[in-house]
Amino acid sequence: MTTDTSAAGARTMTLNMGPQHPSTHGVLRLVLELDGETVLRAQPQIGYLHTGIEKTAEAKTYSQAITLTDRVDYLCPLSNNLCFCLVAEKLLGLEIPPKAQWMRVMLAELTRLNSHLVWLGTHAIDIGAMSVFLYCFREREEILKIFEMASGQRMMTTYIRIGGLALAPPLGLFERVRKLMDIFPERIDEYERLLTRNPIWKERTQGIGRISLEDAIDLGMTGPVLRGCGLAWDIRKAQPYSGYEKFDFAIPTQTGGDVYSRYLVRVEEMRQSVRIIYQALDGMPEGPVTADAPHVVLPQREKMKTQMEALIYHFKIVTEGFRVPPGDVSVSIESPRGEMAYYVVSDGGPRPYRCFIRGPSFGNLQGLPKMIEGSLIADVIAALCSIDIVLGDVDR
Amino acid sequence: MGTPGKGVTQNRQPAMLSEQILSIPAVRALEERQPGVVTDANLHRGQLSIWVAPEQIVPICRFLKQEQTYQRLSSITAVDWFPVEPRFEVVYSLHSFERNHWLRVKCRMGGESPEIDSVTGVWRAANWYEREVFDLFGIRFRNHPDLSRIMMPDDWQGHPLRKNYPLSGPR
Repeated sequence: MTTDTSAAGARTMTLNMGPQHPSTHGVLRLVLELDGETVLRAQPQIGYLHTGIEKTAEAKTYSQAITLTDRVDYLCPLSNNLCFCLVAEKLLGLEIPPKAQWMRVMLAELTRLNSHLVWLGTHAIDIGAMSVFLYCFREREEILKIFEMASGQRMMTTYIRIGGLALAPPLGLFERVRKLMDIFPERIDEYERLLTRNPIWKERTQGIGRISLEDAIDLGMTGPVLRGCGLAWDIRKAQPYSGYEKFDFAIPTQTGGDVYSRYLVRVEEMRQSVRIIYQALDGMPEGPVTADAPHVVLPQREKMKTQMEALIYHFKIVTEGFRVPPGDVSVSIESPRGEMAYYVVSDGGPRPYRCFIRGPSFGNLQGLPKMIEGSLIADVIAALCSIDIVLGDVDR
Repeated sequence: MGTPGKGVTQNRQPAMLSEQILSIPAVRALEERQPGVVTDANLHRGQLSIWVAPEQIVPICRFLKQEQTYQRLSSITAVDWFPVEPRFEVVYSLHSFERNHWLRVKCRMGGESPEIDSVTGVWRAANWYEREVFDLFGIRFRNHPDLSRIMMPDDWQGHPLRKNYPLSGPR
């Protein structure tokens, strides 16, 4: 903490918020220049969680690199898996069977619920509403158990693979998802009862962290932030991937551009996700969950014990990977936080020549100073939560 | 490791643009405004990339934003084709809501310490992306308001995403 009395007798104070501050949701450091309690200038300092995932990916085969993508945005690992696999499949020109696509949509939406629940719980706790957190994590736990049932992992799933899925869904998975979905709308009502009309919540969020649509676009913000400014833009509708065009859902928008608008958008998104998951469950096609591409997709264990070909392919994929035709492809998907894009350049070898990750949090965080400059220091926390950053996604 | 520089974007003749590529509104508008400005183009798996001269990047971006509806800068990144020269390729990913289109604009640049004009005057979003490219590739952006390292510590030596930067350090 330093005080500066230079500028024409004005007394401003520089305050470091973070990198180890409970409300920064990771290792974000905000350098705030304060005049009393008013923020004059805010400068996010990032990079504390930079792990060089893009560099590491260059040394891994495509299949190995999927495990790195889980660790980029660790609150929505399946969205990252999906985005990377879509890019690799596009480079390879692979067709994905319908059942795998439906499963991917279902899992991506469960991931969205999972991520939004963490956001809502921590958002409320930061503003002072303790109990919402406990309710949210109750349902989140159930979603993590579903992930564990499908992939064997609660968070770092690596369940979506190039060419389809790692395993066929286990028996009882769909019943379990349906059981959760049957109670989910009620549970969302419960969170809303605690917050939506709560005068303290409204006082702390309405008109706070406001940003105009023009500024938000110009600063590279995407996802619920743009929808909270009134722009009905969702990549699931604009450029459908993985069969989203076959699902019926609405794009919730609000026009306030403040913390409260973003809250309402995300809560409504949860309801829409439930709708999508029901459609995925009801229309789940029969058939295989992996593409018919033996040089890319690992063979089934059973076949390896009886077929020489399967054993050879398994050996080749595991030891040297598969070659991907040269070219560059970028795929954007709507992650819970906004536009997530993977840009992969292939030189024809078995490893990505370059793998760039456009994390939604990176773009969104860049707009934070615009939201909070001129407001009170207590509102910094509310605004920061409302853009829902994950530092793994910012720093990569 | 694959052999660096064997990719499709290299070894290409500055060929005539095909009819299919010229029929894309953004390319046609750029060519009508200034013939020959698009030095190369590529339509791969339905995705359009165009190459332009690095000196022209700011006016081209401004034109694409203001007159061709590419309102949003999705990202800026780079690719290192070491040891091929020109070694670096800066990749601008632009997006138009109106046309529902993503466009990649690329600039090739050679040498140990390449420089290009900053597009922060066109989109404020460019600020952090350019810092990232500077930090990890060592490409300098002229007229950038604060060109400092963003991911690595300020006193770091070298630029990690360059292909001649080692993958693991001394243990």
